[in-house]
Amino acid sequence: MAERSFKAEVEHLRLGAGETFTGEGILAITKALLENGVGYVGGYQGAPISHLMDVLADAEDLMAELGIRFEANANEAAAAAMLAASVHYPIRGAVTFKGSVGVNVASDALANLASSGVNGGALVIVGEDYGEGSSIMQERSHAFAMKSQFWLLDPRPNLPCITKAVKDGFELSEASNTPVMLMVRIRSCHVTGSFETRDNQRPKLSVKDALSNPQSDFARVVLPPMSYLHEQDKIKNRWPNAEKFIRERALNEVFGPKQAPVGLVLQGGMYNGVIRALQRLGLADLHGKTEVPLYVLNVTYPLLSSEFLEFCDGKDQVLVIEEGQPEFIEQQLTTFLYRAGSTVRLRGKDIFPMAGEYTGQVMLDAIGAFLKAAAPQMLPATVRAPNEDRPQIPDLTKTVPIRPPGFCTGCPERPIFAAMKLVQQETGKLQISADIGCHLFAALPPFEIGGATMGYGLGPAANAAFDGGGERRPVSIIGDGGFWHNGLSSSFTNMAFNKSDGVAVIVDNYYSAATGGQDIMSSRADNPTKATKHPITKALKGIGIDWVRQVDNTYDVGRMRDVLREALTTDTPGPKVIVASSECMLNKQRREKPLQQKAIKDGRRVEAPRFGVDEDVCTGDHACIRLSGCPSLSVKKLDDPLRDDPVASIDQSCVGCGNCGEVADAAVLCPSFYRADVVHNPTPWEVRLARVRSRVIGWLQSRRAAHRLSFGDAP
Amino acid sequence: MADPRLSGIIKLAILAVGGQGGGVLTGWIEDLARSCGYAAQATSVAGVSQRTGATVYYVEMAPHRTGDPTPVFSLMPAPGDVDIMIAAEMMEAGRSIIRGFVTPDRTTLIASTHRALAVSEKMVPGDGIASSDEVMAAAEIAARRVIAADFDALAIANGSVISASLFGALAGSGALPFPREAFEAAIRAGGKGVDGSLRAFGAAFDAAANPTPEVPTAPAAAKITPVSGPARLMAEWDRLATRVAALPAPVAELAQPGLRKVVDFQDLRYGADYLDHLARVLAVDDAARGWVLSHEAAKYIANAMAYDDIIRVADLKTRGRRFDRIRKEMRVKDANLLQLTEFFHPRAEEIVGLFPAKLGARIEADPKWMARLDRWFNKGRRLRTDSLRAFLMLHLIGGLRGWRLRTLRHAQERAHLARWLEHALGHVATNYDLAVEIIRCRRLIKGYSDTHARGQSKFDRVLEATAVVASRADAADWCRRLREAALKDEDGKALDGAIATIRSFA
Repeated sequence: MAERSFKAEVEHLRLGAGETFTGEGILAITKALLENGVGYVGGYQGAPISHLMDVLADAEDLMAELGIRFEANANEAAAAAMLAASVHYPIRGAVTFKGSVGVNVASDALANLASSGVNGGALVIVGEDYGEGSSIMQERSHAFAMKSQFWLLDPRPNLPCITKAVKDGFELSEASNTPVMLMVRIRSCHVTGSFETRDNQRPKLSVKDALSNPQSDFARVVLPPMSYLHEQDKIKNRWPNAEKFIRERALNEVFGPKQAPVGLVLQGGMYNGVIRALQRLGLADLHGKTEVPLYVLNVTYPLLSSEFLEFCDGKDQVLVIEEGQPEFIEQQLTTFLYRAGSTVRLRGKDIFPMAGEYTGQVMLDAIGAFLKAAAPQMLPATVRAPNEDRPQIPDLTKTVPIRPPGFCTGCPERPIFAAMKLVQQETGKLQISADIGCHLFAALPPFEIGGATMGYGLGPAANAAFDGGGERRPVSIIGDGGFWHNGLSSSFTNMAFNKSDGVAVIVDNYYSAATGGQDIMSSRADNPTKATKHPITKALKGIGIDWVRQVDNTYDVGRMRDVLREALTTDTPGPKVIVASSECMLNKQRREKPLQQKAIKDGRRVEAPRFGVDEDVCTGDHACIRLSGCPSLSVKKLDDPLRDDPVASIDQSCVGCGNCGEVADAAVLCPSFYRADVVHNPTPWEVRLARVRSRVIGWLQSRRAAHRLSFGDAP
Repeated sequence: MADPRLSGIIKLAILAVGGQGGGVLTGWIEDLARSCGYAAQATSVAGVSQRTGATVYYVEMAPHRTGDPTPVFSLMPAPGDVDIMIAAEMMEAGRSIIRGFVTPDRTTLIASTHRALAVSEKMVPGDGIASSDEVMAAAEIAARRVIAADFDALAIANGSVISASLFGALAGSGALPFPREAFEAAIRAGGKGVDGSLRAFGAAFDAAANPTPEVPTAPAAAKITPVSGPARLMAEWDRLATRVAALPAPVAELAQPGLRKVVDFQDLRYGADYLDHLARVLAVDDAARGWVLSHEAAKYIANAMAYDDIIRVADLKTRGRRFDRIRKEMRVKDANLLQLTEFFHPRAEEIVGLFPAKLGARIEADPKWMARLDRWFNKGRRLRTDSLRAFLMLHLIGGLRGWRLRTLRHAQERAHLARWLEHALGHVATNYDLAVEIIRCRRLIKGYSDTHARGQSKFDRVLEATAVVASRADAADWCRRLREAALKDEDGKALDGAIATIRSFA
């Protein structure tokens, strides 16, 4: 069950011809796939296209009606490999994953696919996770398109353009027998807007029908000598066909006046930012009518020399606006000009920054600087000589704390890392490698655990150099998502085969949690279309790892610590693997809270736990926070002139996971934590017992109070 | 620079902390704009934002007639180009100012003044909370208009969440050209938790439309609650209270709560001891110095005397008022029952601390005995204080106050207090400021078990390092710096650095 449900929105995917769809980018893409007769879809979740996978999963019924096969692939490589169905068969297929790390994982399949070439349209929808809010290394998927020869679309970021790009992408793919990558940036995935819909189309040939009538052609197989022919085919046929299609269909767009001394060349995805800068410079209006000519590359690979040279014709200078590095497009366009013996001056990353996101300020500064130098007469006087008088705003950079993402309230991973921190207090600092997933937040304060991440499913593999062991064993961490994505083969068989002496901790929270709570092989949920409930421990046993410990309640910090200590000290040879399992609290709460409220309403007995801190007992040393970091565990200043430091305090958002109490116990902290279980609809026997107890307790309390002074403010 | 050709576009950014409902708020604003005949576009960077990170949501809107071309909207806010900035938390307001989204020519800043503390603020052993005042001061300069209130508290008071109250503040600010009814219709159309949302919306609307200027209340002289008890004790209390009243005002100000604290901890005789200690300090103090030394001593002697032992914890945990307070905090209704679980983990040190001083000292010096005690007692104990057995046990321990003065722990604390005071007062004649700083170092000792031990060792190291520079004119300054360094991190890395600096020149 994914974090966000699109069940309601998915109904909009049934809209027919002439109706208007209003909503989010990812939904629009899904609608476009249905309108273009896609035969199968798949992919692997990850920002920013996680929700696209969720939409597809929620639209599974609708797709089944249309005869479309949906796969939630094991990883991006599996998703890309699925496009093999379009190699021989005239079936349109689309898969989605995040760029550039998803593309990295998929690269083997993508390269083979590109070599074989396709018959049916093959579309790879890549969510480019670049710029603010990105969770990965900053790289471009562009290089993959160049090396493997598939085409790259980067449409203008509005719904009509994005949905048109889906249509264009399939047709371009078929016209040039080449897979096409449609790149959507992180913001355009979630941008809202409207577009006019068409009727959904059943695939012309369904995968079921294709299976009844299998085809093969060894000329398509990537084997010598065919692979040499594939390369020639790419250059001699597929590429020219693609160029022809792009030009004839006018996939790239030109805006603005024909005659001007300068022009801007930009990736489609940059369009809105460029228009905003021009608007602010007084050179474009509300609707994007521009006084500076724009050549908008909705196709960023391949680039069309002739089209570009036509645009440059009669201009003195052009500015290339290309986000990300290195400047592939700029280099290519420079070559075009040079080969044509052109005198047009090309500017780009000499004005724009080489690296980093092209934000509103960057656009404004760079385009402004370019125009000031190249065509100052175009700029209004206010821009040429701005008369600004801004007040000095105090510098808050030292005041405002950074706020990196962290574990949610009640996260079951927090106690694992608290235990690990406690173990490290005994053993000294350990060599720890981490993986991709929520657990990577442990690298940040207050835990500061894990020094490297080499990729999804590669945590234990990243410790392979230390497999031989030493004075202290190396420890690696991997999530259940990473385990099934790639970890079982790349990390654990690697450990088993090499007789690793290392320790691996598998953080099993029942979901691919970091990407939004999608089900995976070991999920405990009943999923009507997927096979779940396959224990990780069974897989480990299956590859010959015998020292496996299953911890079913990660909140038991003491046990977690003991198991970790045992793994680090046991004499048993071979890999030591701990599977630490407790359900992702975000998902659990979403599932259980409504049920609990209903139960209370229905008069059933419910215990609702929450934690609290006795502020008189708390001394304000915050040791508990350094072992927790829970958002609901905070500090507050007391109205007590005798106290200097704020004391711990737990707010309403506490879900009563128990970590506070466990940590206070295991780390021998202070006794200020308490758990309050509020019992709704108690049984009559409970009520009677409680009445007796409170009468006795009340009597004892008042008896003692009568013999001492009472200060109103004391508890 | 506001371009007239763009004046049609309203640019609104929301800076929120994950889980605050920034997405819901964005959705309402979008629906509102569309229902009022505007074209609107929203974007956000979701990803890991839900997991407590800071997130920007961004909406642009412009008047639009059906059939007209759609305006070209930007997908991200730009510095100097935001009309309405909504910050769902005080430091996020600060972040929006840092990022340049708040400018005096155009921006209406709607900020909730509550705090969601960042991990870095919470984990320092001392006080690491960032200053909201600095952000507010900057906001007054940076924004064209500031609408600030605790919209979180307002939402909670109305049984809703902050997205609803911020939407109300947006409506009340009048920054959008839409009528109140249209806002409320957007909430209704959302369909979830409508009643609570509307209540919070209304309250915030009023708060934003008619802001009541916050009267800066001077930190109200700590409210003095009445003392009550048996007549015999009251008579003695009154005598002690008279002694406090006779102290110079700045000293009495803290001696008053100090006396309460130690009497509540032990008894009236102990209170008299407290005043005696204070009298010794006062005797060497100087009115010309504003009684700073005695003022600080009144605070820290009380804290030192009311140390945290098992007896105190058991006493605090079993008081009637505590039970009432928890019932209130946990919102326990009459039909509910409350079960209370306490988390104790005594070690041999705590047990031996309860022994008579001489016997205790002998056992403490004997590793075999300590190991045995650890074996017997050192494990986590969960006590259900709503049950009779556990309550009775804690009640009995809490009643050991008569015994306390004979225990090993008390002897240790008394000796430590004496050493510390003597050390501080030894400097009064030569370096008054240094004496004050040494008194203040008592702040370092807090916590239980390991944390307490770490505090003790930091205290010792600060005093030791101070002794190295004690003869210097700036010794007090060094002592203060050492103490502040000691409060910065758990392991004392900053303190190590400060001490290394001292060693380098002394």
